[in-house]
Amino acid sequence: MSIYLDRDTPVVVQGITGRMARFHTKDMLEYGTNVVAGVVPGKAGETVEGVPVFDTVKDAVLATGAKASLVFVPPPFAADSIMEAADGGISYCVCITDGIPAQDMIRVKRYMMRYPKERRMVLTGPNCAGTISPGKAMLGIMPSHIYLPGNVGIIGRSGTLGYEAAAQLKNYGIGVSTSVGIGGDPINGSSFKDILAQFEADQDTEIICMIGEIGGPQEAEAAAYIKENLTKPVVAYVAGLTAPKGRTMGHAGAIISAFGESASEKVEILTAAGVTVAENPAVIGETIAKILGKAA
Amino acid sequence: MDIHEYQAKELLSNFGVEVPPGALAYSPEQASYRARELGGDKWIVKAQVHAGGRGKAGGVKLCGNDIEIQSACEGMFGRKLVTHQTSPEGKGIYRVYVESAVVIDREIYLGFVLDRSSQRIMIVASGEGGMEIEDISAERPESIVRSTVEPAVGLQEFQCREIAFKLGLAPSLSAQMVRTLKGCYRAFTELDATMVEINPLVITGDQRVLALDAKMTFDDNALFRHPQISELRDKSQEDPRESRAADRGLSYVGLDGNIGCIVNGAGLAMATMDTIKLAGGEPANFLDIGGGATPERVAKAFRLVMSDNNVQAVLVNIFAGINRCDWVAEGVVAALKEVEVDVPVIVRLAGTNVEEGQKILAKSGLPIIRATTLVEAAERAVGAWQSDLAQGTKVRVEK
Repeated sequence: MSIYLDRDTPVVVQGITGRMARFHTKDMLEYGTNVVAGVVPGKAGETVEGVPVFDTVKDAVLATGAKASLVFVPPPFAADSIMEAADGGISYCVCITDGIPAQDMIRVKRYMMRYPKERRMVLTGPNCAGTISPGKAMLGIMPSHIYLPGNVGIIGRSGTLGYEAAAQLKNYGIGVSTSVGIGGDPINGSSFKDILAQFEADQDTEIICMIGEIGGPQEAEAAAYIKENLTKPVVAYVAGLTAPKGRTMGHAGAIISAFGESASEKVEILTAAGVTVAENPAVIGETIAKILGKAA
Repeated sequence: MDIHEYQAKELLSNFGVEVPPGALAYSPEQASYRARELGGDKWIVKAQVHAGGRGKAGGVKLCGNDIEIQSACEGMFGRKLVTHQTSPEGKGIYRVYVESAVVIDREIYLGFVLDRSSQRIMIVASGEGGMEIEDISAERPESIVRSTVEPAVGLQEFQCREIAFKLGLAPSLSAQMVRTLKGCYRAFTELDATMVEINPLVITGDQRVLALDAKMTFDDNALFRHPQISELRDKSQEDPRESRAADRGLSYVGLDGNIGCIVNGAGLAMATMDTIKLAGGEPANFLDIGGGATPERVAKAFRLVMSDNNVQAVLVNIFAGINRCDWVAEGVVAALKEVEVDVPVIVRLAGTNVEEGQKILAKSGLPIIRATTLVEAAERAVGAWQSDLAQGTKVRVEK
């Protein structure tokens, strides 16, 4: 098993005719992802890499049975596309788009709540690299070859820092069950806590690697959740030790604006919850390898 | 994006928030003229800078006559105001706001923020106005009233009344308080703000609810739909390097150290800075060149990093995924041939085609120090800077 995404999960790509979306659709197909449809309003009937394009998500779902969606739509229209997916019967949506207005995301989150829990869509992102279940399927823009199939569950806010961790694990011959990017935005679809719960329940995940950064309450909330609910070991790294207060460090959400939002405070909170915190990003892989007994 | 107090007051008053009469001045003479236009016999002269804590730093003066206005202005115009929220250099004062003084009965703190925990807009209020919210939450946390807004229906009147009563306002002030809160909320949502702060909101001697100060911050990601807000940007209040970077689509934050950083991805950029610090150095900047790492972007990044005269070594850390290391290496080589870099350059590449990338760097004939891991890169950067320091060659020519 893996979480959210499996070999057979039928995928629709929203905004598939864009340059970036075309490129990554090809990459995902080559990886073996079951991409069954694309959606671009007004472009029904076209194909991209052999994948049929539909006008609406509902049409795509009706014709292909798509269950998961990947959103590549530009920031001004992305929130609308996520809501269309939620309404169209998609159960898991990844949004790659960087630069969505925060208040659009507040509306998206509120909108998703209108559906009963059993048909409520799960969103990860926006502003993330996506989700991959190595050896099975990829829903995102990551370089797939750095991930070995295995039993480490990765959750991270940053794309390239997540790659760094996966590549370090690969060097130890350690693989990944699923890697989920929750994105660098202040208002995001799923939090660390949401994904931790999934990994705890996933049989294929033995250990969890959590990559946080400065800003926001989600690492501290995760720490409280881990302490109460998790039986699997968690290794964490928090980026931004040298980040000054009140400055946005690239990601819209990477800003220290309240108590508990700095890297050192988050490290302290996570450590107190029993999480093994890697002191520097270069030893994330080593720390996990040691716990798994694969390194001295 | 931040704006000035006078701009925030103008915006908020369009949404029904009451503010004292005031006018903007670009010179001491104009300030006197504005005061005469406003009438009355007491005015507040306020330095317009993008930072809080102006009062304590001497940026707000009460004046009773023209001489006092002139002397207040002379202490402000052309000077830099250093507050606890600015860098040690401070922020330049080029505009002052002249406002009629009012008699104050009570001061209230009022803030609207994006609450990341509830993922909603939250109102934060306290009867301890005039203090910074950080100090209020440290010293008088029980005085803080919070209320989150349900996004589907917006702020309701009962919520506003609740806040007014919890703050202990007289029932006769309730209607004015409701109007103020609803006005701020509408401004916040309709203009895509991320923060509205009125500190203090005052009850005047004649029982009016007035915004005596106002601060607004806007969502950079939403400026595309608010051209009238984008126009309020004041580059004189920004770090020139940061605005230059933003104009070139790069994300840059200047710091006090001397090891320049060029990295792709915000998280990896922060992690690189952390590793430099752990290796005994100090990063000179945060710089995320984005996922692409094209030769043009790398060249732009070098120019930007080298424009900081404190930089004594540059660490390039690129995790190349879809864009392969060989391609990134070619970009680095091209950039170094184009941009004059007179300090040690340490390059660490990881990801797709890393061996080819290393070969290209080695063959270039350029004095690039190569590293394979992040720790090694940071140690070599710190080492290169220290050995330069020892040899006495670290002094950089002013360009």
